[in-house]
Amino acid sequence: MTETKQPIIQIRNVSKRFGKVTAVDNVSLDILAGEFFVLLGPSGCGKTTLLRMIAGFEMPTEGQIIIDGQDMSLVPPNKRPVNMVFQSYAVFPHMNVTDNVGYGLRIAGVGKAEIRERVQEALELVKLGGFEDRMPDQMSGGQRQRVALARSLVMRPKVLLLDEPLSALDAKLRAQMQFELSELQEKVGITFVTVTHDQDEALSMACRIAVVNKGEIAQLAPPSDLYEYPANRFVADFVGSVNIFEGKLTLDEPDRAAVECPGLGKVYLNHGVTGPHGADVWVALRPEKIYLHVPGEGKAIRAAAQDAPEGHNLARGTIKGMSYLGDITLYEIQLEGGQMIRVSRPNLSRHDQEDFTWDDKVSMHWRADSPVVLLS
Amino acid sequence: MFGRSAPIAPLEYTRKLWMRSWVGLTLLFLYAPLLVLMIFSFNDSKRNVVWKGFTLKYYEKALNNDSLVEAMVNSLTIAFLATIVSLVIGALAAVMLWRFRFPLKGLVEGTISLPIIVPEICLGVAFLIFFAKVDWPTDLAWPLNLSAITIAHITFCFPFVAMVVRARLASFNKEEEEAAKDLGATEWQAFRDVLLPHIKPGLIAGALLAFTLSLDDFVITFFTSGPDTITFPVKVYSMVRFSVTPEVNAASTILIVLTVILTFIALKLQGVKGIAQTH
Repeated sequence: MTETKQPIIQIRNVSKRFGKVTAVDNVSLDILAGEFFVLLGPSGCGKTTLLRMIAGFEMPTEGQIIIDGQDMSLVPPNKRPVNMVFQSYAVFPHMNVTDNVGYGLRIAGVGKAEIRERVQEALELVKLGGFEDRMPDQMSGGQRQRVALARSLVMRPKVLLLDEPLSALDAKLRAQMQFELSELQEKVGITFVTVTHDQDEALSMACRIAVVNKGEIAQLAPPSDLYEYPANRFVADFVGSVNIFEGKLTLDEPDRAAVECPGLGKVYLNHGVTGPHGADVWVALRPEKIYLHVPGEGKAIRAAAQDAPEGHNLARGTIKGMSYLGDITLYEIQLEGGQMIRVSRPNLSRHDQEDFTWDDKVSMHWRADSPVVLLS
Repeated sequence: MFGRSAPIAPLEYTRKLWMRSWVGLTLLFLYAPLLVLMIFSFNDSKRNVVWKGFTLKYYEKALNNDSLVEAMVNSLTIAFLATIVSLVIGALAAVMLWRFRFPLKGLVEGTISLPIIVPEICLGVAFLIFFAKVDWPTDLAWPLNLSAITIAHITFCFPFVAMVVRARLASFNKEEEEAAKDLGATEWQAFRDVLLPHIKPGLIAGALLAFTLSLDDFVITFFTSGPDTITFPVKVYSMVRFSVTPEVNAASTILIVLTVILTFIALKLQGVKGIAQTH
């Protein structure tokens, strides 16, 4: 992602209310030309409403949406330089693939020869060459989605909107389509705006992700920032799996900080957090960033001591639950204070999952750059 | 294998004797009278009671009966006109009820299907009084002399069209219409290219339903027809008053065949499921 890109969509203080329900609450954000932008959030958070307002199917109650420098307030959906791939794909069931893909061009009055050429081109792009005469009911869900994609791409829109594009596909196909969508986006260079509730989907495809919660943007960041530096508890919890502990900030200097968590112990960070001293904060710790050690704590203490003062970034507990997932094993561990913590451990060798079992007493440590301190 | 028949699975109804006889009896009860009527249209006897031999002469006689043919032409004309108008009004009503929210919608919805529920005899009397009150002219030239009957038929036909189309609309994916608009279609283009093809089977089924309903309607027609206009069912009724000759049988058979063919086409086009869903 280069920094010089111009915003293609500017959302300015947009709110949408349905009666008493506020679906979108004073959202402002810029979507840059050529990026793969993802709106991520739980169902009912307002992300689809936001997308439909960009497409023109809903009108903002307040605020302004500018696409490519043009205010869209009075522009109906059929006049906007954006196209949408619907959640149900909305492929026209009574038209074959060629007619479906060529529909927009026919409406626009494009010549027959050019339509044929561009339809062919679009079908090749989504790898549907040879399906020209198929009817939608003779195609699988994945193929219908490609028809919907081609039907939008053939219009050469400035922005392609995708509403939960992968939710109806099975896991294998979804993974493949995630990859193909990113590839396609790079190839055509069109701005993609996708709505999804699936964090894996968002993380794997997006240039930038806006996490939406209750109609507001909870955080807007590239995928790795979102995961490694969540801005608040909602994002930390929604994106990926996380352990959150309440605590008090006891030390906060430019190059180090410490939090006293009653449930977890003393947490040390090798960077400052710029929070008010003594404030109530939350510490977020990802399961994969916690190391497990067999009882006899010497090793854990030594490992933790490498980058933290004595007695910090250490915990003890008992394994209460275990689930073997093949590539990793998940452990539910009850800390000495009674709280549960989740730890994941990669199965680097075939016998790794045999190292720990139910009711084992274990020690844990984590590195000083792993915990995230959240102020809200 | 060892002289024992295979056990009957729970859903193999056709292999159960009592079930088969029950179905047979039902069919007999339903269709025996019609079959007798049709068979006796070929009976070479004036009395129509005892089988005397095969003949087609009553068909010939029926088709040479000018007033019978005129009644038939009238009926077909009325059915055709009533169908066209019912189709337009019915489809529009269905789309309106499906698409829009407005005050008293429930009331409008109920009122539209009222002609289906109200006994035909009441409708007939209502029309009789109405046309008398407004002093509807009865001495117009053909086909204007059929206007009163046609209007009455439209009234009870279009709710059926609206019902069938409404049922069809329920399965419409609104995202398809949005997709059309998203691709540049205007409201009208989206309707023409996406919604209309979707409801087409409903329109065809509704049209055939209206056509057959109008074609064989007796009660309402009887009350609304002027002194000089006569439709096929009314004509048959007046013939039967003298005696049930095989000519009546022949004429009725023609009507039955016509109705059956149209209904068959309707079911084919809509898919039996579609029809079943509407009721």
